[in-house]
Amino acid sequence: MTILNLLFIVFLGILLFIAYFHISNYILDIYGNKTLKRYNIENSIRVIVFIAPAFIVLFVFILYPVFETIRLSFYDKFGREFVGLYNYKWAINDPEFRRSILNNLVWLLVVPTLSTFFGLVIANLADRIWWGSIAKSIIFMPMAISFVGAGVIWKFIYEYRGPENTQIGLLNAIIVSFGYEPQAWLTIPMWNNFFLMAIMIWIQTGLALVIFSAALRSIPKEMLEAARIDGASELKIFFSIIIPYLEQTILVIWTLITIIVLRIFDIIFAMTNGEWQTGVLANLMYDWMFRGGGDSGRGSVLAIVIMIGVIPILAWNLYKHRQEQKI
Amino acid sequence: MEFIQTQTGTKNLMKKFSLSSIFSQLLLLFFVIIWIIPTFGLFISSLRDKDLLAISGWWTSLTTTEVNEIYRMSGMESQIEEDGFFKIKGNLFKENSGKKIQSFGITSKKINEYNIGDVAIFKDKSEVFIDEDGNYEWRSKIEFKKKKGKRLFTTSLSPPAFTFENYREVLFKEGIGRAFVNTMAVALPSTLIPLIICSFFAYSLTWMKFYGRDTLLAIIIASLVVPLQMSLIPILTIYNDVGALFGVAAKSYPGVWMAHTGFGLASTTFLLRNFLKSLPNEMMEAAKVDGASHYDIFLRIIIPLSIPAFASIFILQFLWCWNDLLVGLVFLDQVPSEIILTAKLKELLGSRGENWEILTTGAFVSMTVPLFIFFALQRYFIRGLVAGSVKG
Repeated sequence: MTILNLLFIVFLGILLFIAYFHISNYILDIYGNKTLKRYNIENSIRVIVFIAPAFIVLFVFILYPVFETIRLSFYDKFGREFVGLYNYKWAINDPEFRRSILNNLVWLLVVPTLSTFFGLVIANLADRIWWGSIAKSIIFMPMAISFVGAGVIWKFIYEYRGPENTQIGLLNAIIVSFGYEPQAWLTIPMWNNFFLMAIMIWIQTGLALVIFSAALRSIPKEMLEAARIDGASELKIFFSIIIPYLEQTILVIWTLITIIVLRIFDIIFAMTNGEWQTGVLANLMYDWMFRGGGDSGRGSVLAIVIMIGVIPILAWNLYKHRQEQKI
Repeated sequence: MEFIQTQTGTKNLMKKFSLSSIFSQLLLLFFVIIWIIPTFGLFISSLRDKDLLAISGWWTSLTTTEVNEIYRMSGMESQIEEDGFFKIKGNLFKENSGKKIQSFGITSKKINEYNIGDVAIFKDKSEVFIDEDGNYEWRSKIEFKKKKGKRLFTTSLSPPAFTFENYREVLFKEGIGRAFVNTMAVALPSTLIPLIICSFFAYSLTWMKFYGRDTLLAIIIASLVVPLQMSLIPILTIYNDVGALFGVAAKSYPGVWMAHTGFGLASTTFLLRNFLKSLPNEMMEAAKVDGASHYDIFLRIIIPLSIPAFASIFILQFLWCWNDLLVGLVFLDQVPSEIILTAKLKELLGSRGENWEILTTGAFVSMTVPLFIFFALQRYFIRGLVAGSVKG
């Protein structure tokens, strides 16, 4: 496909949706203007016109797949024959699956916690320093770039050369300058997970930072002033006033990052492809989708395990929504 | 009055330089340095000469580096006869390399055997001189008979060398340029289509009355956190079936747009609805009394008022699509006319893992658009995130 063709279909694709809304509404406007009865019919058709595209997309791409994935998890690799709990039994006994679950749990424990913590500390520091907004911009910047881009950036930091060569990776250069042997960081089982998590923390701290920065403004200045006059140290203020005051925000950010981490795929796919015991559920699922022509049963089981991770958050969101509706 | 001002002035000054403030500043500086160094290193590396990049850390790029290299002299074709000798003359380096040779050798075992001004003698009795700029003269009493010249091992000091050569190579030879175009062709419609259909959807969820509205809203909120992994296999199956039915490719641009639209639909609708809910109801009522239809209200009132919200959502969704790997990997063929930047980078990580000039430059090219958006529209980006970007 040439670039010109591509440009054409991009243009056409967008135009199609604008045209749908414009033409259908234009016709309705003319039709409904005539009589009151027509006006009422027009109003009910209008609702359908407004909702239909989004609802169809929602149905095809979210609702139907959820049920279809659940169904497929009980079927064989081609989705034809019912096999009961076979795929689930396979998963429980599969060492790769157990490894992925374990890695996912460590990711979920470490990344949201540290990102939230760093975000809070940095937001608090930057709030009191005159060049704080520049600092915030810099720390926030990784949020804008892709996980794969971040992967390349950090792979360069972790780059390993044999001990006889000059190290061009920053981490090994530092280690060597202190007189230690260079290490192939990404291939050391267990520890390599933490080197991959560092990348995610590097990215997500920015998210925590901007949300905390906005929330910090809501703390009454008088309260902080009063504490300072009473001689409380900044550390004491941080732990006794700021953290309790921002409890809700901390929870929200922690949840947000948890959802992102739960389906983490790109970083591991780009850096190690799940080798050296770094695999997580999303990577294993991708593997099973395409390994040996694909196995939709096993892939679906893995997707469902990821889904189970978000169900508590989903329930909590719905509960909060209902509370809001009541008010 | 003046007195008070000076007093607060001194107080501020004291605040600026108090011990705890200095400590805070140092701590923040520490964080900033840790956070900026990785990206900075990538950027510097993408501008370095590729030979230097392969043998020295980017932090040495501003200083002169000692490099050991191997060069081959020209062969018999360039020989001339002069003063009773057969001579081959030439220069080892590329033009304007600025390198200064410190020492050289003729075998790989003793690469520092000779200094500048020494005459090195090969086994076949031919001799070679070299000056520090890399000009050599290789001479022999008998005619040179080999097509290839002999090897010279040099140790030279190389000045800092920055170049745009890597960018030219990556953009036009490695296919990153085309991948950039492809990514744009994926990201733009994948952002605009959900924005269009979700703005109507959010409008009807906020301002129209119909049966099942609350249920629909609850479904949207539940969909916010459904991981997109749940959808991959069923949608891929649908695409394959549709492709087989109509005899078209299962993986195509429209397919990716719709997938992105689907995955971005819940969050876009949710954010837009939260915004629309904050608009005053009286305005809509007044417009209705004046005989405006819902479409009139949408075009003439809602859109102009929603521009800032649109901007935030546009940026969030655009960056999401631009940076996505999984959707592009699953729903597009990995061929030059369809591959997106992130997938291309991942491919290069596998095939050109040692060519850091290609990887660093490629990564930086892929970051240009997000970084531009980040610096130009940071305000909208942050506003969108703070408004609650929850995305499965």
